[in-house]
Amino acid sequence: MSPDGIVEVKKIGKIYDGGVEALRDVSLGLPRGRLSTLLGPSGCGKTTLLKIIAGLIPASSGEVWVKGKKVDGPGPERAFVFQDFALLPWANVLRNVAFGLELRGATKEHRFEIARKHIAEVGLSSFESSYPHQLSGGMRQRVGLARALAVDADIILMDEPFSSVDEQTRRKFQEELLELLRHKQKTVIFVTHSIEEAAYLSDQIVLLSPRPGTVSKIIRPNIERGVRDPDEIRRDKNYLDVVEEIWQILKRYV
Amino acid sequence: MEQKSRIISPVVWQLLSFALFFGLWEIAGRWPISFAFPPFSKTLMALLHMIADGSLPKAYFSTLQPLVIGIVLCSIAGIGFGIGMGLSRTIEWFSLPIFIILQAAPMAAIIPLLTYMYGIGLTSKVLAVIILAAPVIVMNSYKGIRNTNPSLIQMCRAFLGTKRQEVIKIILPHAAALIFAGLRLGLAMGFIGIVIAELLITPTGIGDLITYHSSVADYPEMFAAIASIIVLAALAIHALERLERRLFPAEIRGLEDVP
Repeated sequence: MSPDGIVEVKKIGKIYDGGVEALRDVSLGLPRGRLSTLLGPSGCGKTTLLKIIAGLIPASSGEVWVKGKKVDGPGPERAFVFQDFALLPWANVLRNVAFGLELRGATKEHRFEIARKHIAEVGLSSFESSYPHQLSGGMRQRVGLARALAVDADIILMDEPFSSVDEQTRRKFQEELLELLRHKQKTVIFVTHSIEEAAYLSDQIVLLSPRPGTVSKIIRPNIERGVRDPDEIRRDKNYLDVVEEIWQILKRYV
Repeated sequence: MEQKSRIISPVVWQLLSFALFFGLWEIAGRWPISFAFPPFSKTLMALLHMIADGSLPKAYFSTLQPLVIGIVLCSIAGIGFGIGMGLSRTIEWFSLPIFIILQAAPMAAIIPLLTYMYGIGLTSKVLAVIILAAPVIVMNSYKGIRNTNPSLIQMCRAFLGTKRQEVIKIILPHAAALIFAGLRLGLAMGFIGIVIAELLITPTGIGDLITYHSSVADYPEMFAAIASIIVLAALAIHALERLERRLFPAEIRGLEDVP
């Protein structure tokens, strides 16, 4: 386990009511300021693990420690981005982005000011007063991301954020996400079932085996990102090797 | 031009439909199908006459009282109870079976019984309205609460919302459209309740007009009274439906997000 792990997952197991075992004995450390991916086939419990880290569902056994404190529910240092966006359909973009701060009792002026800043960061400034149904899937997820950024959490948990978004938007969004996170020093935990997405985005990839989910392998791709053109990364030899390595492991589970 | 014709044509068709209906009524009345079935023109004249001599407004003044009281009571208690059922498993287990039965049962059958219990006054009539309107109002409020998108509740918890905030900021706004639809359906049931009560318990208001004119064989007046309550109910419910669509457009109800 890495010494500077901001999130420590210790021997987590999860058995749902009805006896389905989703996770068994999962232990890992997620390094500060890095993007870690939880990758695996459908039903490997990756979303369950993410929600346990988020404190949204309780583990059956084991513990999660975040910033040296044991998790027993959601906390201000963690923010969640949902697969289905989870936006309030009756609220406009501005209120949706400010919603986390609204729940914390921030004044209207204060929270709208912060929300506007993050709406601009995700490129939606001219849509502040639009409603979710007027936005495309990609734009809705930007709202979800801005909402998570607005509460200024150290750790951002993303549950297959691009799965309901078309491929072009997905790629553009991935690039922007990397760009945005490089400046912010956030720790990101990202659930996906896309090998390319994991290899492209991650500093650390946690491969989970299916039913019950256990850690199959941890891969740390050594892909230099820095100032390079994103399209270059997709042709990088390391990137292609990582994709191949992951595929060789995952195809046993298919 | 094309857009204009699209806006006009439904109205034209609706007017045509009414014209055809009233025309057939006129023909059927003149045929005559039955001695007791007046043509449309005579019924309309009787209606205007009853408005002019004040008998119809007076009748509605007494008919609408128990209706309004009953619906207001149902709105407050019924919505409150439905919300309680949606939020608390205990209340749900305790009362859901009763309301499912009440909603399915022909509650009008109980109305004569009310006379024995509460006499022939206002109380019985208010109760008749409540008995018919309450189940649908309660059930709609309950379903509205229960149908909250679970993802939104999880979102609220993830962003540190309290249970109270979850109810006020997520569950209630989400349920508002269904609750309002319940009120509209409740009002429709309330109209049925009040007419049955006025015919079965004691003839007052509009029920009195119907009963009296039929007993003295003033069939146009009797039909005018019947038609007037049908039109009033239809207009009131239509108005609520329009208000509902304005307050809760389909896109922001959040219905499309429900998995």
